[in-house]
Parts: sequence; structure tokens; C-alpha cells
Amino acid sequence: MRSRRRTQRVGGRLPLVLVLPALLGLAFLLIPLIGLLAEAPWSTLPSRLFSADVGQALRLSVVCASVATVLCLLLGIPLAWLLARAELPGRAVIRALVTVPLVLPPVVGGVALLLVLGRRGLVGERLDLWFGFSLPFTTAGVIVAEAFVAMPFLVISVEGALRAADPRYEEAAATLGAGRWLTFRRVTLPSIAPGVVAGAVLCWARALGEFGATITFAGNLPGRTTTMPLAVYLALETDPDVAVVLSIVLLLVSVVVLASLRERWISGLR
Amino acid sequence: MTLYAELRVARAAFSLDLALSVKPGEVVALLGPNGAGKTTALRALAGLLPIDDGRIRLGDDTWDEPPRVFRPADRRPIGVVFQDYLLFNHLTAIENVAFGLRARGVDKHIARADALRWLETVGLADHARSRPRALSGGQAQRVALVRALATHPEVLLLDEPLAALDASTTLHVRAELGQHLNRYEGRTLLVTHDPLDAMVLADRLIIVEHGKVVQEGTPTEIARRPRTDYVAQLVGLNLYRGSASGTTVTLPGGGLVTIANPTSGGVHIAFSPSAISLYAERPTGSPRNTWPVEVAGIEQHAHTVRVRLTPTADSAAPPNLLADVTTAAVADLHLLPARHLWATLKATEIQTYPT
Repeated sequence: MRSRRRTQRVGGRLPLVLVLPALLGLAFLLIPLIGLLAEAPWSTLPSRLFSADVGQALRLSVVCASVATVLCLLLGIPLAWLLARAELPGRAVIRALVTVPLVLPPVVGGVALLLVLGRRGLVGERLDLWFGFSLPFTTAGVIVAEAFVAMPFLVISVEGALRAADPRYEEAAATLGAGRWLTFRRVTLPSIAPGVVAGAVLCWARALGEFGATITFAGNLPGRTTTMPLAVYLALETDPDVAVVLSIVLLLVSVVVLASLRERWISGLR
Repeated sequence: MTLYAELRVARAAFSLDLALSVKPGEVVALLGPNGAGKTTALRALAGLLPIDDGRIRLGDDTWDEPPRVFRPADRRPIGVVFQDYLLFNHLTAIENVAFGLRARGVDKHIARADALRWLETVGLADHARSRPRALSGGQAQRVALVRALATHPEVLLLDEPLAALDASTTLHVRAELGQHLNRYEGRTLLVTHDPLDAMVLADRLIIVEHGKVVQEGTPTEIARRPRTDYVAQLVGLNLYRGSASGTTVTLPGGGLVTIANPTSGGVHIAFSPSAISLYAERPTGSPRNTWPVEVAGIEQHAHTVRVRLTPTADSAAPPNLLADVTTAAVADLHLLPARHLWATLKATEIQTYPT
């Protein structure tokens, strides 16, 4: 009786024309993930997981994504502060430009980086000339490519948190004799910590999954620039089972990231 | 060193133009309705808002004098208690109090020891490790007060310090705040819309309306001679200081007032002029306070008439009693100066505050 009434109520409220595509959409999103798990070579999974190649790619991925995240934090928090608090001319334009890497095809980002930081690039030429230092096709290049693509996630999240924070706490700190830098460190930063954490996790997850910009700018050199997504792509041609194992690892990481953020990341992005 | 300020701030919605001075040890209240510009004045003094014209000086030290001098908040020797306190939620009570000292470069351990002593003065040493969210409204207010006082500011600015409290705690916290302000040797400026806060806490009132000073003086002066209807309405309050014993309060200037709830020691008693009823003959009912009085003055206000009364020869009436009556009552009672009347006041109409 109760279940019938419930069905009636749902049927009455939601038109079939919406429910069907909704279920289809859900299936479309979930079935590939289920397929991935179903196809996994579970019996040989542990041995493949701890093989040298996988371990190397995973270690490289985690190190590069983490360093890229630190880089994004160091540059992104001040940038978010500037966008949220400073009275800049053309701030709306700057904010729009900051979000460009968010919608830009990563490959295009990689090409752009190559043009600027490549050995013959605007900046890259000088780096090579003065310091004998070249970024493309190095691990440092992977980090640069990942940071380029992932930083907007951090900036947007932190800027949202800064806008939501009550600036009167900063005024209270000023009346207690705190200068701007001390106020930022002791009052502003702690109050936006949840936004910073959410932004950093999103940034890290995006960096970890980076493919397009990385392969364009840093190439595919095992042990130096072959991160997990590149390894998946590579393995698909030689040993599909390894590709599945690597994919499951990345899926697991994504799920953990999502669970750790829960609904927070949504409020951070708002 | 006197704090001296001429504040002129122009905004689209209103303009502020007022002068004020506060001597060491003095408590001056800026009293006025919401939107009168009181908080703007306080923000200007705090250095959170540059003035457009005028000057702010402490002795010979200029804080703000457009267009050349502006010293920001963090370089003025001030303490501010904000309306909703703005305690830092990620810091404990003791870290909040130590914040100003740490900002001045005081060693961490010394700052914490000092902060603990300040918390002791307001009876909150046990709450030193509490986060602001875990404190009651009255406790948070006290932490905010000692946080502002911990740096030994020359000027203490209080923005509606009692407005965020519920009515039952206000009484107690107001009395306690009064004691702390008495002990504080610097200059205090209190911004409030509550005449009772102003009259109980301040030595001098500056009444602001539409960004301008409408009257200035001691609480008693202003209550006796309000210059405008607005001020009369605002400070139309019979306020006395006396000593209580049981339900009887003895006033130093003569006069005995019966209150509803027994208490003892020094008290403020306050009641509205409309709580006084006037009769031509001795009334037969039994209000606890029935006094023979003489009419000393009559002032017409918008809808009421304010009558100033003095006690007759052997009356126990409080001095300088104010009563509000309707225009019709003026005729009924043949209200004329020097006329003898009976005044009554119900004990339940009287608010009592410990001093």
C-alpha cells in the first residue's frame, strides 16, 4: 500500500519524458565504471599493481601532482586574494582570463607552453641561454603543465572562500595593531582554510589526471614524464590488462577525493 | 592629552559633521538613532575609514588630517569592542586576548601570561582555552573588552557593546562594563542607541541626529533640559542613583522610592516619565510610591506634555521628577507652575540596576 502510494506520487510529479532520459544519463555515467571493475583481471591484479612499471608511474604521478599543487598554492592563493580584495582595473577581465585553462583543451595548453617555454620559446630560450635549463620533456615540465591546467580550480575555490569571509575580522585585527601580512596569515588564511583545502584537493585531482598538456609539453619518457594517465594510454596498445589495473587505481583515487570533499567542493566553487 | 576630533565624512546617503573631545579617564557616549552616523564616527576614529575633512588628534599627535596625514588603524593606540565582538573563531579566548600583544612583537609566553591576567580580571580564567563559539554572549563580550584593553590603548572605542546581549544578561554585563570603564585611565568613546546604556555608563553625552550634534552635556543636564523633542523622547528617563535596603531605595538628594524586588547596596533606578500619574487630590488606591509634589515647569512636546516636579517641604519624592501627561490632563489638573499635586508610581514600573 505504502509503496504503491509512493510510486503513484513519483509518477504523478515527474513526467516520464524526464525520468527516462534521467535514468539513461545515469546509466551512461555509471556503466563504463562498472565495466571497468567487471573487466579487471582480479586474479593477477596484485602482481600487476606492484610491478615496477606501475609503481614507477604511480610514484611519478603522485610526486608531480603534489609538487604542482604546492606551486599552485604558492601562486594561486595570492592571485585569489588579489582578485577578491584588491581594487584592480579590469578585474572582471583578469578573472575571466584566469579561468581560461579551465575550458581550454589541454592539448592547446601544452602547445602554448611549448611555444613559450620550449627551447626556442620566448622565455625558454632565455632559460636555456642563461641557466642551461630546459623544461620540455623533463619531470619539471610535467609539473609546469599540470600546474597550468590545475591552478584555476584552486584560484576559483579560494577566491570564493575569500569573498564569503567577513572582512570585518580583518578590521578587528587591524585595530589590534596587526599589519596586512600578519592579518592575512593569522586571521584571513585560517578563516578560508576549508576553501583552500577544497581547492587544493580539486587541484591535485586535476593534476593527477592531466594528460593532454603533459604529453604535448613533456612527452612520454618512462620514469621521467610518463605519469599514470600516459601509462594507461601506452598500456592500452601493448597490454590492455595493465591499462585496466592503472585505470582502477586512478578511479579509486577519484572516489577518495570525492568522498573527502563531499558537498564542500560545490560550495567552494560557488 | 585630550582626544580631539572634527569629523567630516560625505556619503551619498548622508553626511557626518561633528566635533568631539574626550579627556583622559572620561567616558563620552555618542547617542543617537540608527543611521545617525555614530558608527561612521567610530570607524573614522579607529582609522578604518579616512575622513574627508577635519582632523583627529591625540594631544599633539595627528592621526588623520586630509589631505596629508592618515594613520591606519594598526598604527593608532586604540582598542575597539565591536558590536558583535568579532572574536577570532579559530583562536581560543586566551589567544584572542594575546593577539594584540603578539602583533606588537611581545614574546609568546609573556603575551599569554598577560592575556591570562586580563581574563582573570573578568573572571574568565577558566575559559582561557575555550573557542569563542563555546562562550555565552556575556562571556564573549568580556573577552572582547579585555582583548581591546590588553594592549593598553590610549583610546577605547565601544560600538554598541551591549546590543548583542539578551535582556537578562544586559543588566549584569552593563554594571560590570561600568566598573571596568571606571578603572580604565584612557579615553572612552561609547557609541550606542540605548539611552540607558549612555546615561548609566557615560560621564558626558553627545547626541547625534542626521550626522550632526544636537546636544551635548552630562546625563543629568540633558535629561533636565532636553533641547529638542527628539532628545526629550530619547533621554526622557527618570534616572537616580541611591542605596537599596530591601525594597526601599534611599536617594542621596533626599527621597525614598519603593521598588518591587528586594536588593541591597548601590543601585541605579530608572523609570519612564509616562509611568508617573498625577492627581489633584491624594489618590485612594495603593501604589507603593505616592508623593506630594509641586509643579516646577511645563513643556509642550509633540503629543504629550512633560511636567517637571519638585518635592514639597516634607515629601519623600525624588528630586527633579519628570512626568508625561496628555494635553487633556493639563486642563483637568489645572497644571500651572507652583501648583501642588500628588504623584504616584507603581513599583513594578521601576527598573533597578546595580552600580
